[in-house]
Formats: sequence, structure tokens, C-alpha cells
Amino acid sequence: MTVHRSLPHESGPLHVTGTARYVDDVPLPPGALHLAFGLSDRARARITAMDLDAVRAAPGVVAVLTAADLPGANDVSPSPVPEPMLAEGEVFFHGQPLFLVVAESHLAARKAARLGKVSYEDLPALLTIDDGLAVDSLIEPPVEYLRGAPEPAIAAAAHVIEGTMEIGGQEHFYLEGQAAHAVPGEGDEILVLSSTQHPSEIQHKVAHALHVPFNAVRVEMRRMGGGFGGKESQGNALAVSCAVAARLTGRPCAMRYDRDDDMVITGKRHPFQVRYRAGVAADGRLEGIVFEQFCNCGWSNDLSLPVADRAMLHADNAYFLPHVRITSHRVKTNLCSFTAFRGFGGPQGLVGIERVMDHIAASLRLDPLSVRQANLYDREGPRTVTPYHMVVEDNVAPELIADLAVRADYAERRAGIAAFNAESRVLKRGIALTPVKFGISFTLTHLNQAGALVHVYTDGSVHLNHGGTEMGQGLHTKVAQVAAGVFGLPLGAVRITATDTGKVPNTSATAASSGSDLNGMAVKAACDTIADRLRDFAAERWQIDRDAIRFEGGEVVIGAERLRFAELVEAAYMARVQLSATGYYATPKVQWDRRAGRGRPFYYFAYGAAVTEVAIDTLTGEYRILRADILHDVGASLNPAIDIGQIEGAYVQGAGWLTTEELVWDGQGRLRTHAPSTYKIPCASDRPQVFNVALWDGRNREETIHRSKAVGEPPFMLGVSALMAISDAIAACGDGSRYVALDAPATPERVLRAVDAQRGIAW
Amino acid sequence: MAPASSTTSMKVSFRVNGTPRELELDPRVTLLDALREHLHLTGAKKGCDHGQCGACTTIVNGARINACLSLAVMHAGDEITTIEGIGQPDALHPLQAAFIEHDGYQCGYCTPGQICSALAMLEEIDRAVPSHVQEDLLQKAGITEAEIRERMSGNICRCGAYANIVAAILEIAEGETA
Ligand code: FES
Ligand code: FES
Repeated sequence: MTVHRSLPHESGPLHVTGTARYVDDVPLPPGALHLAFGLSDRARARITAMDLDAVRAAPGVVAVLTAADLPGANDVSPSPVPEPMLAEGEVFFHGQPLFLVVAESHLAARKAARLGKVSYEDLPALLTIDDGLAVDSLIEPPVEYLRGAPEPAIAAAAHVIEGTMEIGGQEHFYLEGQAAHAVPGEGDEILVLSSTQHPSEIQHKVAHALHVPFNAVRVEMRRMGGGFGGKESQGNALAVSCAVAARLTGRPCAMRYDRDDDMVITGKRHPFQVRYRAGVAADGRLEGIVFEQFCNCGWSNDLSLPVADRAMLHADNAYFLPHVRITSHRVKTNLCSFTAFRGFGGPQGLVGIERVMDHIAASLRLDPLSVRQANLYDREGPRTVTPYHMVVEDNVAPELIADLAVRADYAERRAGIAAFNAESRVLKRGIALTPVKFGISFTLTHLNQAGALVHVYTDGSVHLNHGGTEMGQGLHTKVAQVAAGVFGLPLGAVRITATDTGKVPNTSATAASSGSDLNGMAVKAACDTIADRLRDFAAERWQIDRDAIRFEGGEVVIGAERLRFAELVEAAYMARVQLSATGYYATPKVQWDRRAGRGRPFYYFAYGAAVTEVAIDTLTGEYRILRADILHDVGASLNPAIDIGQIEGAYVQGAGWLTTEELVWDGQGRLRTHAPSTYKIPCASDRPQVFNVALWDGRNREETIHRSKAVGEPPFMLGVSALMAISDAIAACGDGSRYVALDAPATPERVLRAVDAQRGIAW
Repeated sequence: MAPASSTTSMKVSFRVNGTPRELELDPRVTLLDALREHLHLTGAKKGCDHGQCGACTTIVNGARINACLSLAVMHAGDEITTIEGIGQPDALHPLQAAFIEHDGYQCGYCTPGQICSALAMLEEIDRAVPSHVQEDLLQKAGITEAEIRERMSGNICRCGAYANIVAAILEIAEGETA
């Protein structure tokens, strides 16, 4: 079998020799042009005049386009609400594209883009959630989930806690920036290369922009140098720009954002504010809770509605909320368009309830782990119903947490840390265990489908395509393992080429962690079809029962005979057996009414837990992650090495989000952290000094591909334990009378302020 | 149509992966752009173009540099090694093989920079170049995980494959010292 094994990444030899090609590495045809956007330097204003003469006159400039010059739709929105690619008379954020420069070189385009003279009439800019709320600037009316009667339950509870938490956004910093190419073909045809998680959407947007049917546009995507959600919708503008410029000039066009432009223009993780009020019993169990989530959507709809929905759907995390009201406010502001980012709102919702658990433990002076354990969903019975009325059927959190607590010596280390802190005045340590329960499926039910195309050639080699995109998550390796497994071939016999809208149509974005669940199943269906045809053929030719035919070790076992796979294929071809098939998969069981907040939005849940230990320096606010222990549930892993890699990387990125990665906008709405010099991304030396990652031993109870579980997003939220460990260390600076109430990201400045607050020093 | 640039260009010659190359360049062209756009060696990546991510790390006269921060014309006579010169799929350098063995990447975009950086970094330890985590600055640092993590902290991996990157480097470092 090729599945359930740690086989190496399909592109390994290319990656280590620098020969793996990303969009910007693909040689351009001769005569290619390069594009750059001219950007707004106001956050909110009316454009009173735009003088682009100097831009047009700049060396190397071939054309300059404004919204009025576009041949078709000026819309790069991933949602039904339009989002102009180039501003139309008004600007809504600092860095919004105003005009498009087409030039002979990348540098010429970028230089010319700075020469635009734009006059504005400033309008009041909404830069924070509070600014937006003050004028009721919402993308849609608030959404509410209600189960039970929370207010009376809170009123009757022994203790009431309440608070507000600010949660910052996050820059994707996919190491490969946004990039696209477009090459005009014959007639109205066009070929687009785009670093995108969503080739079908690129196809649609380009078709609308050019006024051509979808079948005139082919989009190809071999691999991305990281996506993390940032290439779900944010590549649309570059691909459309290239296509439009290619159509107007008849020449191939390329566009890539300079890193600083990329950080200024493109969307990021949504900043949130979460307010909570909870009634708690003496043992730390929740009686009732009310959450108000405020989601900063930025200037456009983008993917904000499903992101805000997913935050609501994870407001419970792994905990049973007996009486609950969750209200979500989708606030429109004048910042970049906040967009998809690994976890898709889930992390912000989850941080809210973890904060509540931390707050309960601090207020009642209980061990935070026992508070968490007391509130977990039960395996069965009445305490299994989510706030959205779905029953949690596959809960492994209680056992998984208990197992991890033992593996990580949680109790002993906690006691040791208390002893250390009693002796140490400057350095303080903290520890926290936090769980993750993450729902798997797109909440837009129709997106839960996938297709595949598989060819077996007469030499026995297999070529396949599916709708998913490779961004480093190992999707192609896992899918190739599935295909090789069906035919009993070594992995090297299976080749997956660029994702291509001409091969597999109408695909969903590679998002929601669904890549291998959906595409693995679709590929398996196609391979099974071909394998069945081969079996039928062999059964007849060798006059043997179908069940006596097996594919293994590159051979076909037909009763007592053994053939090389290629020999059987060749014979089947000569007998006119079709050796190509499509496959299709639609996730069963899911149905969801998003406005009512009822149904089964998720096919299943993925679980995990992490224990993090940190040390803080109470004189500077600096900290180190000393140790992290993780136990994570990926079902029956398709590839344990890839899954462990995903878990480690996700933890690092999740901890980065909540600790060092701080986005700063100034009073004019300018992003001041627009490069990795000012925006602190975890590096090798920030990784936990001791890092133990193990996979939970279990199979998915649902019939997923080889009973595996999705892995892309869920472990991101393991990083929450780092925030809670820092909170724990800070608490050691005080007498316990005052809750730490640490906002995220917990930068050294925030930590120092919180330490001083514990010590009664006001800032 | 006006030409893209009216600046006078300069000739520069250096060796890239052992082959003499001569280019006629605008003096403001970085070494990274010279490699990627003029010599079509796209192994070195442009992650930030500001010396902040390490994706463009290239070895010049045995030392690692951020090729995006250096002008090509400053390298007359230099010996430049890019990832393409370290090994090819059919003839891998042991460190490249170790990266495959340990899955020292996810998306792979940082990988060429990590490998170039690591090779020169091991040389630095050998030449007794000190680091922040070293206990005794007068002694040559040992090849430890802490040293490697510190010395590789200029190469961002946004996928967070650090555990495997460090494991791959450690493996060949130990092989060399053993
Ligand atoms: S591209 Fe040179 S350091 Fe980032
Ligand atoms: S492997 Fe993606 S940035 Fe390192």
C-alpha cells in the first residue's frame, strides 16, 4: 500500500535544486509586458482629479488604464457583491489600486506608477471596529445563534465573569508573493498562469473582464510558494489585469506585487473584538454564556461573511455551552479587505472561548486544565449539542487531552513552574494546555464537491489532474498515493501536472482544509473506474473470477499468473478498453441554513491539543517558548510525515499570530508594518526549544478517503496554548486578585504592560 | 516608444557555478535580478527584495549573502554559487538529499535559500565566526541545534518547516564532523 506511509513530497528533488517552477520563474514569451498598480494614498476620499500624463510619458510605458478604460467588468470580488479592481471615483482604503500601468519592464511599470497626480476630497475614514460601530457601518445585519435561555442562566449562576478581548489580524506573508501571467491565444482565447488557490474563480473573473465565455479562458496553476488563504481571492486582481492588458495590447503580460505593495494591497486575517458574559458554577462549569463577536471586514465583502460565520461556529471550541447566545457583527471599515487565512475565522472564535476558560480559572482560582476538562462536550448524552444544534458524534477531546496531559507531564511541570516562580523575580514561567475542535467542510454546502481526470498510458504510467492546488500542504503527494494505491504502483509511476481549468472544471477553492478529503475521493473514484475496467477485461481474457485479480507491487495478480501492470494495460488497450476516466465526489450528510444557524455544516470534526511552556522576562516583556507538546487527530493519516509537518508549521504560524505578528495602521489608515523588518514572523530561533508532536491513533468514523482527516487548518489553533501560557506567566507576577486579560498579539510591549499592571505599576 | 531606461549600462564579468559570465547591466541591477532575469537562474527566489527573508541567499566567494541587497556590478571577478550549482536532481549534494530525506520544506519557496545559507553557515562555524548563542566567544562553536537555529534565523520559512530544516542540516553537519 502507498497510503498511510511517510512517502517523500512529490516535488522534493525539484525543490532542493531550485528547479521547481513558480509563476514568476516561468520564462515569458518574447515581447512580454509588465504591470503595476498606482495606489491610493488616502484611506477614504472622493477622487476629484486624476492626472496621469506623467505616467503615460514615463520611459517604457505602453498603456495606462483606469476603471473607465476596462473592456468588461471592473470586479474582482469573490462574493456576489462587486469589488472594483480599479477605483471608481472614490477610494476606500490606503493602498487601493487606482490605475494600471503597462510597461516594457517590471521596474519601468513600478516607477511610472508613482508619477500619478491624484487630487482627493477627504472623507471620514473608519479605521477601527469602534469607528465602524459608531456609525453603524455593517456589511449585513447582525447574525445570531441562540440555544436555550442564556440570560436567566447567567443571572442564576454562582459567579459571573465578563470581559472584552481584542484579537489582531495577520499578514499571510506567503513567501512567494502574488503573481500572474496572461498569454493571448487565437481568437478570444487566453491562457492565464496564476499563483492561486482558486483557478476556477480566476477563470470566471477573467471571462467577465474580457466579456468572453468561460470556455475561452484556461487557467493553469502548478504550485504556490505558500497560500494560507491569501491566494483564495487576492490573486484575482493580478490575473484580471494581465488578461485585460494582454487583450488590449495583444502581447503576453506579467504582474507580480513587490513585497511592500503586496502587504499594503492584499487582505489579511480579520481582526476581531470578542465580548463575553458568562455564568459559572462553583466547580467552573459554564451555566450560560453570551458572546458578541465584532469582525473587522475591511472595505469590501470579500469572504467576510463565511469567515464571520465560521467564527460563530467555533465559539464553542470543544466545550458544551448549556445556554448560549452568539451575536456576530460584520463591521465595514476603511482598511484592506480582510480575507481568508488558515482557519477562516475559526481561530478568532476559538480564542474567545479559550479566553473565557482562562478567565474562569483565574477568577475561581482553579486549575485551568480542570476547568477546561469540566466543560468539554460529553461523548454522548445531552451535553453533545453545539450552539447550532449539530450533535457532536465523534468527540475524542476528553481522551486526547487526558493522554496529552500525561505525555507532557502537565501536572508535575505545573507544580515545578509554581516553585520556580516563587523563587524567581525577573523570569517567570507559564504553562497552558488548550484543545482544538475544528469543523471540516465548506459551510457553503455546494462547494463540497470535487472532480478528477485520470489517464493510464500504454506504458503503464499514470497521469492525473484534480481540482485542488498545491501550496506546500502535500496535497499532490497524498492524492498520488491514493492513485498509486488503487493500481498497486510505486508512487513514481503517478504524475500530477498543473491544476488546469481545461482538465477539471467548476472546481472549488483549495480551502477549508478540504483538499485531500475532496480530491482524494474524486481521484479514487476515477482510478476505481479504470481498475474495474481492467479487472473486467482480465477476468474475461483469463476466464477467472474478478475477485481473484489484484494490483500490487507494480504487477497484476491474476489467479496463479503475474503480469507487469504495463503488460495488462497494453493488452487492454489492444482489446479496446478505455484507459481514461473522470471521477467525482460530493461530501455526504452536510446541510446548513446559515441565517437560522441550524443544521449540520460539518461532515466531521478534527481534534487536537497542545501544551506550551513559556518564560517571560518581566523587565522587558520578552519571552521564549521553551517547550510545546502536541497530540493531534488526523484520523488514519494518509502520510504521517506530511501531517506532522503540517502540524508543526501550523503551530508556529498560530503562535506567531498571537504573539509577535502585529499589524499597525497609523491614524491615516496607512499600514506601517509592510515588510518583515517591522512585521515579526517566527524564524528558526523562535520555534519551541523542545517540540514533541504525535498523532492521535484513531480512524475517522466517517467514510473519508482511507478514513483520514483534514489537517491544513485545525492545528493552527494549537498556537493558542502559547498565548495562554504567556497569560499564565504574567499572572505569576500578581496576587491573583486581578485577571490578566491579555489581548492578542501578546507582543513584548503588551506583556510588559500586563506584568506592570499585575505589579500595580500604571503606564 | 521610449526605452525602459536611459541610464548607461556597465559590463561586469564573474563566474556563476563555475562558468564565466559577462553581462551588460544598469549599475542599479541587483545580483538577484541579474541571476533571475538576465541569466535565467530562477533557483534563488525573491521573497522580499529587502534583505529580510533570506529567500535569495546566494554564496559569493564562499560566503552567504542576500543577493537582493547587492548590486551585480560589485561582483566583478567573484565566484558565485547558486542553488543550481550545488547539485542537480541526478547528482544531489548531501545536504539536498538530507532535505528530501527530512521533508525540509512544504511549499519549497524558501528551500534554495535555506540550503545555500546552511552550507555557508557550516563554513562559518568552521571558521570560528561567533554567534549570539555561543557560550564562549573565544572558542569555536559546536554544531548544535541551538547554534543552527540561531545562525539560520535570517531565513524565514513561512510554512514553519523549521524542525525538519534543522534536522536536515544537523544530519550532514554531524556526518561531516564524524
Ligand atoms: S529576497 Fe533577498 S532577503 Fe528577501
Ligand atoms: S517551505 Fe514554504 S516558506 Fe519554507
